[in-house]
Amino acid sequence: MVIPGLTLVLERIVAPLPLWHARVSLEDWQRAAIAVRQSDGRLVSLWARNDTAVRAVSVAYALTEGLAWLELSLEAVEVSYPSLDTFFPAAARMQRAAMDLSGIGPEEVDDRRPWFNHGAWPEGYVPLRDGVPVTSDAARGDATDYPFVRVEGDGVHEIAVGPVHAGVIEPGHFRFSVVGEKVLRLEQRLGYTHKGIEQRFTQLHPLQAHRLAGRVSGDSTVAYAWAYCMALEAASRCEIPPRARWLRALMLERERVANHLGDLGALGNDVALAFGLAQFSRLREDWLRLSREVFGHRLMMDCIVPGGVCRDVDPARIESMSRQCVAIQREVLALRGIYEEHAGLQDRFMGTGRVTPDLAGRLGLTGMAGRASGQARDLRCDQPWAPYDALTVKMATQRNGDVAARATVRFDEVAESMRLIRALLADLPAGAVCTPVNLPANGTRGAGWIEGWRGEIFVALEIGGDADGHTIRRCHCHDPSWQNWPVLDHAVMGNIVPDFPLINKSFNLSYSGHDL
Amino acid sequence: MWKIIRQIARNGIRTETVPVPGDSVPLEAARIQRKVLDILGRALTIRMVDAGSCNGCELEINALGNPYYNIEGLGIKFVASPRHADLLLVTGPVSRNMEEALRRTFDAVPEPKLVVAVGDCGADGGIFGESYASCGRIASVIPVDLVVPGCPPAPIEILRGILTAVGRYPATGVR
Repeated sequence: MVIPGLTLVLERIVAPLPLWHARVSLEDWQRAAIAVRQSDGRLVSLWARNDTAVRAVSVAYALTEGLAWLELSLEAVEVSYPSLDTFFPAAARMQRAAMDLSGIGPEEVDDRRPWFNHGAWPEGYVPLRDGVPVTSDAARGDATDYPFVRVEGDGVHEIAVGPVHAGVIEPGHFRFSVVGEKVLRLEQRLGYTHKGIEQRFTQLHPLQAHRLAGRVSGDSTVAYAWAYCMALEAASRCEIPPRARWLRALMLERERVANHLGDLGALGNDVALAFGLAQFSRLREDWLRLSREVFGHRLMMDCIVPGGVCRDVDPARIESMSRQCVAIQREVLALRGIYEEHAGLQDRFMGTGRVTPDLAGRLGLTGMAGRASGQARDLRCDQPWAPYDALTVKMATQRNGDVAARATVRFDEVAESMRLIRALLADLPAGAVCTPVNLPANGTRGAGWIEGWRGEIFVALEIGGDADGHTIRRCHCHDPSWQNWPVLDHAVMGNIVPDFPLINKSFNLSYSGHDL
Repeated sequence: MWKIIRQIARNGIRTETVPVPGDSVPLEAARIQRKVLDILGRALTIRMVDAGSCNGCELEINALGNPYYNIEGLGIKFVASPRHADLLLVTGPVSRNMEEALRRTFDAVPEPKLVVAVGDCGADGGIFGESYASCGRIASVIPVDLVVPGCPPAPIEILRGILTAVGRYPATGVR
């Protein structure tokens, strides 16, 4: 793999997907960003590490050939680095979060407001730099006011929503500037569910930490556990048995279907079609109950473990899973027909919360929402790893970028996942479902990259060797919501306030996965 | 429209038997409704607060609204404001960034009030524990009447927890 115009020594990370790592110089840091931008690559994630051994900022880019993890050491130089937000707008919040967690911030940016640190942590405390305080009851500050951007003008007023929302959803704060019913501007404040996950990783044994990864975002527990295990297996040079790969993919597709069924019902409910919620939530419940029977957990938490999966599938259940795909897909098709013919629903869906393909490309909209705005990217198609390489996954894309398009992508992805599940079940290799993972003797790194239901999940892992008890030095988890939350601000502009819940649900972004 | 009616008719009523509250005798839906009415004189209203969870518990709390559990059919509903609530259903761990919001939400619920903590994190901080960013269990921030363990607990267990907590509600009759 090469990054155009740069002479970098990229070292392959031995993972099922093409992942590379390289150290870059200060000069190459921004040149790489420009080269990636020009070759239609995208920013996946940005994070920093700042402990006694390493002080560095890292960035992950996705290119046609795979993912490049570029690391800029800040050992010799000062603790700042050239900002990337001019090339990739999504970098802005990631840089603010890295500053809060590691004390490493970019040069020359206007917005230096803390992102995760709301003022409630001990004053001056930098979690990944300072380590765990001796007493857990360290003095802490009071939550501070956040300087929201004010919109001035005749008749402009603000609506403040959250962090405790009206429904059964995660906490976050939305500040709307409106005129009458029309939203002029939305500004988000997130970080309310920040619970110290990245510091917690450094306290866990690598063979136990998949459980924490599986709780970064509960709706994507399979995707995170797989990405973490892929990173650990890459670091340990562990090859998992074929049957384990097939079962992981089976779970990933079941997770995708479960979430899409839930969202399709909720979208109906948000336009007052309670019938849709009743029907889809019934299908989702049927789906989760079978997951419980087959894997022992409704959401399949802790079912993916380092080296494989925690249990094999009872042969009798294979038939019931296949049958359920047929039965539920038949109902989904009937409901799709009803949604498509329902004038009231279509009136609310069409043209609402629109993100044009051009805007989506510039802002870096990714994953399922990106595919609804013409961003034809799906790791299962672009970098098909086993078993996806044998399945030729059909990508679902739309160009309208509105609520209707995001619903259509979900319908199409449900259908495709049903096909994949049946194909995986029909062709399940025999053999073991788990193999022991021998942790590396020397400190090393690994990475995992998975197309979760919301979009690409990325995990970067650095672990110590025998000498220091295989401790996790740094584990960074990235959720596609980082890219998509800022785009929601644009999707809402010009829409009416009552359409916000509908637009928000059509993206269904993660708070916990973002807040860490 | 006929397609919607056909879909509803074909599926019929899927609501299942209500779980046993605590370990007392089984209760039929009608008896539960009567009990809620006897104790509260009206529907039980719940305000749900996510104080820092991973969203797993929220998925299962949402499932209570599906036709199988049909929580509204029991006379229990989720409300948008703590000022309209009898019971706070809280998931955790409580992040430091949500501590103040949780306390204020609790203060906004009129007396008498109940708090049910949902999930292992709400019970003891779970895998996240206590740290610079996490206060751990719900009870470290507000008084908790009942804990529903599980990661996440199945909807039926959450429902059982709610019903058990209702039995502890101070019987004031119609207010």
